[in-house]
Amino acid sequence: MNVVILGNGVAGITAARHIRKRSNHSILVVSEETDYFFSRTALMYVYMGHLRPQDLKPYEDWFWAKNRIQLLRARVTKVDFENKTLRTADGRSLTYDCLILATGSKSNKFGWPGQDLDGVQGLYHWQDLEAMERHSRGLKRAVVVGGGLIGIEMAEMFHSRGIPVTFLVRESSFWNNVLPAEESAMISRHILEHGIDLRLNTELREILPDAQGKCRAVITSHGEEISCGFVGLTVGVSPNVDFLRDTPLEIGLGIRVDEFLRTNIPDVYAIGDCAELRQPPPGRRPVEAMWYSARAMGETVARTICGEPTLYNPGIWFNSAKFFDIEYQTYGNIPPICPPEMETLFWAHPDGRKSIRINYDRITGTVVGFNLLGIRYRHALCDLWLRQGAHIETVLENLGAANFDPECYPAYEVEVVNLYNRRTGRALSLKQRRGLSWLRKAFHLASN
Amino acid sequence: MQDFSLSIAQPAPAFTPWRQKVALSLGAVGVLLLLIAWAAGKVLAPLPVLIASFSLMATGIWLFVREAYLKHPSGIRNNGTWFRSLTARGPWGWALGVLITGFYVCLYWFSQYLHGLIALFTPLSEALRHRPADQWFVYGTLYTVAVLLMGVKFFFKYRHNAYQRLRTVSVVFFQLCFAWLLPSLLVRLQQPELYFSYFWPLSYYQGTPMAYRSYLNSDLGLFYFFFGLVMFFIGTPVLTYFFGKRWYCSWICGCGGLAETAGDPFRHLSDKRLRAWKIERWMIHGVLAFVVLMTALLWINVATGSRVLQQFSEAFYKTYAFLIGATFSGVVGVGFYPLLGSRVWCRFGCPMAAWLGIWQRKKSRFRITTNGGLCISCGNCSAYCEMGIDVRAYAQRGEDVVRASCVGCGICSAVCPRGVLRLEG
Repeated sequence: MNVVILGNGVAGITAARHIRKRSNHSILVVSEETDYFFSRTALMYVYMGHLRPQDLKPYEDWFWAKNRIQLLRARVTKVDFENKTLRTADGRSLTYDCLILATGSKSNKFGWPGQDLDGVQGLYHWQDLEAMERHSRGLKRAVVVGGGLIGIEMAEMFHSRGIPVTFLVRESSFWNNVLPAEESAMISRHILEHGIDLRLNTELREILPDAQGKCRAVITSHGEEISCGFVGLTVGVSPNVDFLRDTPLEIGLGIRVDEFLRTNIPDVYAIGDCAELRQPPPGRRPVEAMWYSARAMGETVARTICGEPTLYNPGIWFNSAKFFDIEYQTYGNIPPICPPEMETLFWAHPDGRKSIRINYDRITGTVVGFNLLGIRYRHALCDLWLRQGAHIETVLENLGAANFDPECYPAYEVEVVNLYNRRTGRALSLKQRRGLSWLRKAFHLASN
Repeated sequence: MQDFSLSIAQPAPAFTPWRQKVALSLGAVGVLLLLIAWAAGKVLAPLPVLIASFSLMATGIWLFVREAYLKHPSGIRNNGTWFRSLTARGPWGWALGVLITGFYVCLYWFSQYLHGLIALFTPLSEALRHRPADQWFVYGTLYTVAVLLMGVKFFFKYRHNAYQRLRTVSVVFFQLCFAWLLPSLLVRLQQPELYFSYFWPLSYYQGTPMAYRSYLNSDLGLFYFFFGLVMFFIGTPVLTYFFGKRWYCSWICGCGGLAETAGDPFRHLSDKRLRAWKIERWMIHGVLAFVVLMTALLWINVATGSRVLQQFSEAFYKTYAFLIGATFSGVVGVGFYPLLGSRVWCRFGCPMAAWLGIWQRKKSRFRITTNGGLCISCGNCSAYCEMGIDVRAYAQRGEDVVRASCVGCGICSAVCPRGVLRLEG
């Protein structure tokens, strides 16, 4: 079978690798963006000088030929689903038996005046990074619009080069539509600690051009004019599917797929950022533009294509990020505002850079989520507890086993347990400190 | 094939605030004083010049630490690493490489050109050891100063990381006390100059009959010889079983100490390709076989009363000393820091590392574990692995890293932005 994959991001490449593992199908990956797969989430580290561009490639260049995965750098302009043919911008025509659409996202723009000026852009593609680099020469100030994960990355990028950043955030505290108030406040403080000009409750109204058609200033929702040579629009992304509109392919927000990641057209699948689940699993969104979901979809679709039809099951929600110097890990369900049926146990270090939050059901005591800032927890163990609906007291007594911080780090699980005891009048004690042997025991305990 | 798609044609010049430039300049003047003494071949006022040189270097480094690290919240600060000439194999990197390489060449083979430096260090040597300096005292002192000062820099660069703090205190302590003060005091007390932080086969002389004969004169020498044997046959397997080879390579060893401190700005220059790993395995085990054969031949020669091998074993020893002892571990191992990274010797050459590595891979609790599915394949772990291990290849598959070469420095875990890696053992 001849499989063609559109897009060489993590979704498409994971699919290609797993199809190769499971079959002898011919595999062709087409990308307009780059010759080789790279880690999109690490673009910032190239700008900051931590990594070279080639360091973003998770596989050496010989990997693809060795695994008989053909790569093609081309822009696909038209898909003829009836004749199973793709047309590229340079006039090539490619045929497929099975097509996987993994075309990713594009940065959102919400119709602001001046949003298409030179020096105004998002950060998603490799080319965005190149453009950022071009605009950074002699840049006096950058304005970043949108308080999300890419926004804070962009702020950190400019900051690393000593370029002053004004960070416009619509919300009253950074990312508080996702983070609970305490965590959000902690990150907001940390942003200020780094000397970023953080403007909360502030939106973009307009971008002003100079005589050359380059941006020269923004006007905020408060009417203030801030002069800047660059405007980063980091207000989310949406599926990159425009070239597929006006075809029989069913498209809503993204390419509509069922739980097998099949589109409405036979032998055509969609995965990653560009896919929209018709019936997302409980608690999940129809479009999830994130690395982990894309990777899981790639593996799932590979199974299906190789004769083992597999439902897309992303499992328990997890995510991670790093806000300047504070790492963030989340497992399960931590809503920004704790609902009445949920109890939340929140411990924060006085240094304002570490916190542990565990949410559990008020009535049954079942643990439903973990939120960590500046402290690392074991994904596998948290996932196990959440899947099995472990009781908060079981979790607390074994919390030491969940800690994944480097050796010699002070551990704070005792304080979390003490906090719980003070609040409930219970007298729990931490059964174990972290460590591998303890982890095994914990798994054993939890599976009994 | 050249990969044009992933290139930024002209990255903007690195941003270095003026205070950091002043700090670097002060340190450079300190180095310049040493270079003047080296070039002039004599020194007028050795003690003041030496004090001035070390003070300038210390001040420069301290100012740099303050500006680059202490003025900012603690965290990973690798900004601009690949943009700076010194740390990205630019002209300054090459110049530094040539300078250090030149120093090592003089040290081993042309010590007559080091008279100026030797004179400069003589007052210190007299005070410490009651004898004039020689090129080895100059070397040992410069080495220790480098570990100490750059250790301070490293300590504050990673001040948020308890593992790095402890480890740095340890390597600096062992270099300062066991590889500099103690040997100097032994010399002062007319005892053999012994380095308790090195063992055969890294210090290849220690296991030879010549060394044994020289140690016979003192109890301490004899103790040292058997201490080395015990460390090789019992200490290494046992300690490596519990802690991995890091108990030595990144906590005690002087070569490791220099790599972890002075070499830290160059750690990312190690070759991560699969090809390099293949070369590594052949070379390092080849050197181990070489040193075992060399030592065995010397002892066989003694046992047979020099009748069978005659001059051959001696010549073999000299070949090892020239090729491995001097050229590989010194000239290439340290001289090429700014070009090939800080652990070239430890990775490709050190027979002690080979021996530790065999135990680490076959029989050790030590490993780097990965955290579920959190890896985003960013590549920071691989880039900053001084041993050139492609850590990401394991992390993105969720596999434990069990590698003979891993020295357990813990930097992969430190630079990981998603909390994926943890040293365990």
